[in-house]
Amino acid sequence: MRTAPFLTAIAMSEQTNVTRQELMTRSNKELFEQWAIDVDRDPNSVPLAELDPGHPDLFEARKELPYFERLRREAPVHFCANSMFGPYWSVTRYDDIVYVDSQHELFSSDFRLGGINIGGVADPNPDPQFTLPMFIMEDPPKHDEQRKVVAPMFAPRHLHSLENLIRERAGKILDALPRNEDFNWVRHVSVELTGQMLATLFDIPQEDRHKLIHWSDTTSNIGNPEYFETAEEGFQELWKCWAYFADVWEQRKAQKVPGNDLISMLVHGESTKNMPPNEYLGNILLLIVGGNDTTRNSITGGVLALNQNPDQYRKLRDDHGLVASMVPEIIRWQSPVAHMARTALADTELGGQRIRKGDRVAMWYISGNRDEDAIENANRFIIDRDNPRKHVAFGFGIHRCLGNRLGEMQLRVIWEEILKRFDTIEVVGDPVYLRSSFIRGIRELPVRIRG
Amino acid sequence: MAKITFIAFDGTEYVVDAQNGSSVMQSAIDNAVPGIDADCGGQCSCATCHVIVDDAWFGVVGKPGDREEEMLDLNPEREPNSRLSCQVPVRDELDGLVVRLPEFQM
Ligand code: HEM
Ligand code: FES
Repeated sequence: MRTAPFLTAIAMSEQTNVTRQELMTRSNKELFEQWAIDVDRDPNSVPLAELDPGHPDLFEARKELPYFERLRREAPVHFCANSMFGPYWSVTRYDDIVYVDSQHELFSSDFRLGGINIGGVADPNPDPQFTLPMFIMEDPPKHDEQRKVVAPMFAPRHLHSLENLIRERAGKILDALPRNEDFNWVRHVSVELTGQMLATLFDIPQEDRHKLIHWSDTTSNIGNPEYFETAEEGFQELWKCWAYFADVWEQRKAQKVPGNDLISMLVHGESTKNMPPNEYLGNILLLIVGGNDTTRNSITGGVLALNQNPDQYRKLRDDHGLVASMVPEIIRWQSPVAHMARTALADTELGGQRIRKGDRVAMWYISGNRDEDAIENANRFIIDRDNPRKHVAFGFGIHRCLGNRLGEMQLRVIWEEILKRFDTIEVVGDPVYLRSSFIRGIRELPVRIRG
Repeated sequence: MAKITFIAFDGTEYVVDAQNGSSVMQSAIDNAVPGIDADCGGQCSCATCHVIVDDAWFGVVGKPGDREEEMLDLNPEREPNSRLSCQVPVRDELDGLVVRLPEFQM
């Protein structure tokens, strides 16, 4: 879930009196130029104190993993004093990640304190135009109250009733794919399936799914110089999302029988029915981005992983029953949410390091999911593990992913339908990765299906 | 030592011999009782070890602790007798315990 877009977009300023307005209008391009690094250097050559594992360029180059391997070995709780996101701690071992994630009394998600990604800045009086409150960035009690409003949508019993619909759609998407011709798997399959699913959860016309996808991509790329000059520009796009859903709100409110969709749930929820505009927009974006980037990148990541591990692809072809254990393995392997961050509410000690009140702490799920001390052969992709659900990709504690079963179901269904139709989806070119250390994503994956 | 009966959603009964010091969750996993995921391995942090304690036994097993209650409370399918089985240590008084498994773990 990528969320408060502005949080990743802006860097902590050296000056303490910098205003929100200045941060929002700062050039994305200049920021990246100022912090440019050589992604090809040897990770072991960098002095430990200068290691900045959250640098987005490492993720774009797919060179991030050796840095985390080194941190797990040499400095499992590590402090980076200087980065485009300001100073932050990195927690890289599996057990420490579970610990931090579970202690919400000590490690806060509150956006007023900095929120959930590195780059978040504390701001006790946030400007409503550039601040999007949402329950993933709240602590109890507000978090619990708002999460409970939408939770019934994601209850397994309800999801079960959606399975046939998802299967039918997945089938249609796959049947429409070109044969003997290169195409981008991300656009044709991953984005389509997740977009259609979201339109269903909001109960809006299917053709509007492209709008949802656009707003999701806007949120995830608000700090990306390839998309927007400044964060402010991206925000203008996002307020169009609000305008769209303000209409939907009125429509649902006027309905005599409450609908069974996410907006109707928000309209009638005690803790959500009186939200100010920025909070409504924030929670909508949480649900859109939460359901979009994560699942999309897992669907794509699976195709890539099977191509990079042909023995596993063979095993799958021989036994379609392995889809069940492959799904959590794909999610672990991809770790589409690379990190979540917290703010320490008090001085504390972790892994022998002294973390101070107010410090920003990143839990690197991508690293915990490669931790050999917790997961046997963690650096290998194995689709028939004994205990494939042992991973941190969904987080733990009260913020644990609300859509986890939905994400898993979409992956399971798409793979079951793929196996019914195609012998092989062949990757025919280099993947293009997302320049982000929050969403670990794949923007393009050229593939070909013979036949 | 305690004999524990797990009743799956479809009515199938699994009876296991559980060791003191273990948890009800771990006893299910060790004996391959299906329907408990226990993704966090017993840290009270995933709520995928949800069980519903038989009425007659709830008084003996007892109420959830604060942290456990917070996790359970987020599950729309929780019931009054719900517990996270990793937070229930096996002890002699639990001999004969009966718990039901939910249709799905959330
Ligand atoms: C493979 C797919 C997915 C992955 C890997 C994933 C990952 C995550 C992670 C890491 C968190 C934060 C956990 C923490 O802070 O401890 C989270 C929270 C959340 N996810 Fe997902 N997610 C996925 C799919 C989905 C889907 C399909 C939805 C549905 C719309 C969704 C909605 C949410 C929401 C609403 C939250 C906030 C929960 C809270 O703060 O209480 N996610 N997810
Ligand atoms: S095993 Fe995770 S809460 Fe019990």
